[in-house]
Amino acid sequence: MALTKADMADNLFEELGLNKREAKEMVELFFEEIRAALEQGDHVKLSGFGNFDLREKKQRPGRNPKTGEEIPITARRVVTFRPGQKLKQRVEAYAGSGQ
Amino acid sequence: MNKSELIERLAAAQTELAYKDVEQAVKCILEQMSNALASGDRIEIRGFGSFSLHYRPPRIGRNPKTGESVALAGKHVPHFKPGKELRDRVNDAYQAEPIPAAAPRAARRA
Repeated sequence: MALTKADMADNLFEELGLNKREAKEMVELFFEEIRAALEQGDHVKLSGFGNFDLREKKQRPGRNPKTGEEIPITARRVVTFRPGQKLKQRVEAYAGSGQ
Repeated sequence: MNKSELIERLAAAQTELAYKDVEQAVKCILEQMSNALASGDRIEIRGFGSFSLHYRPPRIGRNPKTGESVALAGKHVPHFKPGKELRDRVNDAYQAEPIPAAAPRAARRA
């Protein structure tokens, strides 16, 4: 089961005793503040979890997959995530079905 | 922005929770996210993105010092795919930036 914002709000309610509204708002704000920082061109470093970095991509040739028509993919800024050492180690140990 | 700056901004963005509570909440959220990935679950946040695991098959590595071959087991690595709102907001802000970002690149080529 995928973890969602609703699960995170429930967890804040159970673990910290925030009321449901506060918990929901906190989860909402958490992701919004990260988005806002990235939007402003600021990298986000969350120690133990990972870093959200920004990369600038040059224009490159692309293709409309439906029509085969060639169209340039314009220069853009994209978000990348680099997991931290601690998260990588924890995830590496996961021995579930590889695919 | 690092974790303590995030906590400060969250504390400033709302009036009901004390700094200490916000700090706990951030730790709680990150811990739950790490736990989910560590147990092989995905994380799906609409408008932000999704986290999942990508499998890296076993391979023969090499000790760069001795040149010795080492068998490396398969493993999983965390992967993040930004959601549409995040992608668009980041790129729209970039496109709206005044030209100086592009100028030094052109100058370097010249």
